[in-house]
Amino acid sequence: MEGGKEKDAYRKACGIIEMDPSDLKKLGAWRNTNVKVTSPHGSVIVKAVEATQGPHPGLGYIPMGPWANSVTDPNTYSTGMPTFKGVPIEVEIAMNEPVLSSIELVQKKCRGEI
Amino acid sequence: MSEYLIKNGFVFDPVQGIKGDKADIAVKDGKIVKSSEISSKAKTIDAKGKSVMAGAVEIHAHIAGPKVNEGRNYRPEEKLFGYTPKKTGSRMAGGFSIPTTFKTGYEYARMGYTTAMEAAMPPLYARHVHEEIKDTPIIDEGAYPVFGNNWFVLEYLKNKEIENVAAYIAWLLTETKGYAVKIVNPGGTEAWGWGLNCISIHDPVPYFDVTPAQIVQGLLEANEYLGLPHSIHVHTNNLGNPGNYETTLDTFKLAEGYKAKNKFGREQVLHHTHVQFHSYGGDNWGNFESKSKEIMEYVNKHDNITIDLGQVTLDETTTMTADGPFEHHLTELNHLKWANVDVELETAAGIVPYIYSPNIKVCGIQWAIGLELALLAKDPMRTFITTDHPNAGPFTRYPRVMKWLMSEKARKDQIDAFKYSDKVVAATHLASLDRELTMYELAQMTRAGPAKALGLAHLYGGLKPGMDADIAIYDLNPEKPATPDEIEAAFSRARYVMKSGTPVVVDGEIVSHGNKRTLWVNAKVNENPQVVRDIKDKFLRYYSVNQANYKVANHFVPNPYIIEVDATQ
Amino acid sequence: MTKSVTDVICPFCGTLCDDLEVVVSDDGKTIVDVYNACAIGAEKFMHAQASGRVTRPRMQQPDGSYKEVSYDEAVEYTAQMLAKSKKPLMYGWSSTSCEAQSVGHEIAEQVGAIVDNTATVCHGTTLLAVQDVGIPSCTLGEVKNRADRIIFWGCNPCHAHPRHMSRYSIFPRGFFTNKGHKNRKMIVVDPRNTDTAKMADIHFQIEQGRDYELLSALRVALRKEVLPDTVAGVPKEKIYEAAELLTSGRFGIIFFGMGVTQTLSKNHNIDEAIMLTKDLNEFTKFSIMAMRGHYNVTGSGQVLGWQFGYPFCVDLSRGFARYNPGETSSNDLLRRGEVDAVFVLGSDPGAHFPISSVKKISELPSVAVDPHITPTTEVAKLHVPVAFVGVEVGGNCYRMDNVPIDARKVVDPPEGVLTDEEFLTRVNKRVKELMEA
Repeated sequence: MEGGKEKDAYRKACGIIEMDPSDLKKLGAWRNTNVKVTSPHGSVIVKAVEATQGPHPGLGYIPMGPWANSVTDPNTYSTGMPTFKGVPIEVEIAMNEPVLSSIELVQKKCRGEI
Repeated sequence: MSEYLIKNGFVFDPVQGIKGDKADIAVKDGKIVKSSEISSKAKTIDAKGKSVMAGAVEIHAHIAGPKVNEGRNYRPEEKLFGYTPKKTGSRMAGGFSIPTTFKTGYEYARMGYTTAMEAAMPPLYARHVHEEIKDTPIIDEGAYPVFGNNWFVLEYLKNKEIENVAAYIAWLLTETKGYAVKIVNPGGTEAWGWGLNCISIHDPVPYFDVTPAQIVQGLLEANEYLGLPHSIHVHTNNLGNPGNYETTLDTFKLAEGYKAKNKFGREQVLHHTHVQFHSYGGDNWGNFESKSKEIMEYVNKHDNITIDLGQVTLDETTTMTADGPFEHHLTELNHLKWANVDVELETAAGIVPYIYSPNIKVCGIQWAIGLELALLAKDPMRTFITTDHPNAGPFTRYPRVMKWLMSEKARKDQIDAFKYSDKVVAATHLASLDRELTMYELAQMTRAGPAKALGLAHLYGGLKPGMDADIAIYDLNPEKPATPDEIEAAFSRARYVMKSGTPVVVDGEIVSHGNKRTLWVNAKVNENPQVVRDIKDKFLRYYSVNQANYKVANHFVPNPYIIEVDATQ
Repeated sequence: MTKSVTDVICPFCGTLCDDLEVVVSDDGKTIVDVYNACAIGAEKFMHAQASGRVTRPRMQQPDGSYKEVSYDEAVEYTAQMLAKSKKPLMYGWSSTSCEAQSVGHEIAEQVGAIVDNTATVCHGTTLLAVQDVGIPSCTLGEVKNRADRIIFWGCNPCHAHPRHMSRYSIFPRGFFTNKGHKNRKMIVVDPRNTDTAKMADIHFQIEQGRDYELLSALRVALRKEVLPDTVAGVPKEKIYEAAELLTSGRFGIIFFGMGVTQTLSKNHNIDEAIMLTKDLNEFTKFSIMAMRGHYNVTGSGQVLGWQFGYPFCVDLSRGFARYNPGETSSNDLLRRGEVDAVFVLGSDPGAHFPISSVKKISELPSVAVDPHITPTTEVAKLHVPVAFVGVEVGGNCYRMDNVPIDARKVVDPPEGVLTDEEFLTRVNKRVKELMEA
């Protein structure tokens, strides 16, 4: 993250969703499969990885970054703070879709291309 | 630099003994000079029918630093009203009991105050204090680092090592760019590290096994050993509790037999601050009463002590003190929001909002006690007006305090307005005091007195040639009687204020940010390898910052006025 | 030959370690090695030296590409944008020095901007809670010297504040804690079995978003009142046990992070955590501290505090300072389309704001001042590269416990690159001219 957000390392570290093995199994996905995460506020392609700090069945974890922010709840309920955590999501396999770099992702979202 | 001649004013100057005579004051290059020393080009300021005094000196206020700023940030509700917009030459300014730094500078200047001392600087946070001082326009400022709960001091004093304490004080003043030795609830604040307190001056401090009395006396001796410009500046144990006046007298007695030793003309060896909070009788809030007579009887008889009032102003305010256990006690009492910071090896601080309501008996008694202290003072050169800003009320209420002190009628009106005026009168002496302070006495209590106690009599507090040209002109004509409200109005907005020869307030409005200075004391002592080693050791083992990152660098103090003290003989 | 700079301050997280040693080349231009830092801190120093760094401002072209412009042009664009704007947002301020913040505030005051910092997406809810109920806290050295009960609630210092536990909270041997971690009991509350949780004496693997319930339950348990069988997925026996553990200590502290500030209950979580702390002071000594993220977000709150009286979300657009989070907060302003220009310095909202807010920034006149290329700089109309604070220029910063530490300069910035403070000072001068005209 401090090594440069335009770098691939950032995409590899934050363009992921950590999932419990039982959830991966339910989804029918192998580890390191690209998935599409959809919330009421948007969707994003990330790589599904096995939870490193689990077990936490039913809980997905996307690190802070533009990938997470593509699906978080922007509502602040008059506090100034968007509701970053506890957002209900759906995960589906998107094996052939790429995980975009942070900059590509943000630029494309801003232009309305995705 | 420009020249000025302030003509035809009624001058009140305790330094020269001028008691309202008409006199001209000449200014050249930022200093007061004899009228013969200025040229015909000097700008004339007509002070006809007005009173002229030196700029006032604030000896004790909490106006800069971590707890003040926590107060600002955790009380947004304080700034709903009274915010003033940016103008040409001045910044936007807001806040009431804890004003922004800009407002602090502007409000002091408007009242004719030109110097103020920040009363409690936690050494670890010294850099923060100086950042705020830098952003406080116009007024000269200094800050008192706190010593009364510092581990070095506790350990040295356990073994009565006065020279080591002195060497440590000298080191810390230089590191923090500090001005004087402040003591707050000696030992009690260290005890607060464990949620405990020291209530009397003989309660031993947990683990360190030294008493508050030993701490105060040891620091007093070290202060005189060094010959610092100011004496030790004490807020003793047991603040705010019914019956605490005995602790206060016990603390005063620690100074008996000591004589001031310094080259600055200071005569006291102990300054006790906000004595109002320490002059309570009774043993509960029901029989709570004034013990101002007992306190002032002692002060009047002992000329090696000075005090300031801590006058309650009957406002909603924000209390803040390094007396951590007291603030916890207060939040238990009024259930308002409590902030606390314990500072490693050094001190602590607490903050709680407080409402001094005229409908509460105890608040009325507190109000009366403060005024009694001033009115019972035989020597106005040793009793100074403060509100312990913002603890007993904001400093912006000084004009109101002056009104109460100068007018018996104003005091009576306030007593009558209390919900429990009978009970307040019964528990206090105020109703029987008819003294009204004169302008000359006021100048002693707000100018010459505090300047002398701070060891700054050569710069501030008077209008004698050679002193700094800090001058305030008020719309008060001593030949015409003024109503109480006229007194308050006149002191609220000086007609004209000059700081070091620069006009900063004209017709009550800010016209310049002046050229503010930061005062600090550079004390030299003989090399003391033990203290150097102890300091190094404490940083290696117990501090959370490196020793090399502790010192406040010079760029935080862009316009210093350094007072040199040499204690190497 | 190389030389070594000691006592260097790490400009990464709010832990603000000040014991780094940086080895630089003889000419003082290149960082050769960094000692004592965590992996992230070291990377920050080394990244300053990475090749391909942008050293001149870049202006976005109609096709979305960027073209190099001079600093003069960048100053002019920024000053014009701010002076013309009716209600600009000046956001960030967390990865820069207090000196730079101060100049930024002067600009904001002149143009009537809203000044907001990264607390708005980080510990802003903590600031709200403190305004509700206060905060009993202490410095990190107090924790090191006294604390024997440590709670990490919704934070993961192993990853976010890597040296926190070794320098201050768990391992160090302090004055009254001479056995180090053996003196201390550690409780972690986190819905995941994090690396921090794995070290704890007790880990409450709480149901996500149920912090308020568990905090309340602990307050109930302190009073020895009745609890339901489980709260937030935690059996009541464990809650009583934890309450007993906390009250039996001599000095305790709760450290908390995004796990409580960003979930749905927001400031109410922190209210409850602070009240739990206050309750614990009836039994023993207890403190609470926010695990602040950016190395100087705390400083931004401090400087805003003494200059305007509020720690974030400061609206100067009416000529005096107003504060009303929910109205004057960055994401609400952007979402409602209430600002007409955006100036970002010392932060990356492009990566850290919800994408709907980022889209608004990309549609407005916008300037991003940042040494790095970030998602923000790549959607802003103008990117102004600057020197790294804490590496290439010094300046004052505030640690998570509000202790101020003066950051050091280690190496020179690349030839011709301005510092934040220099760039802002030039913009300030130009804005003054424009506003007076």
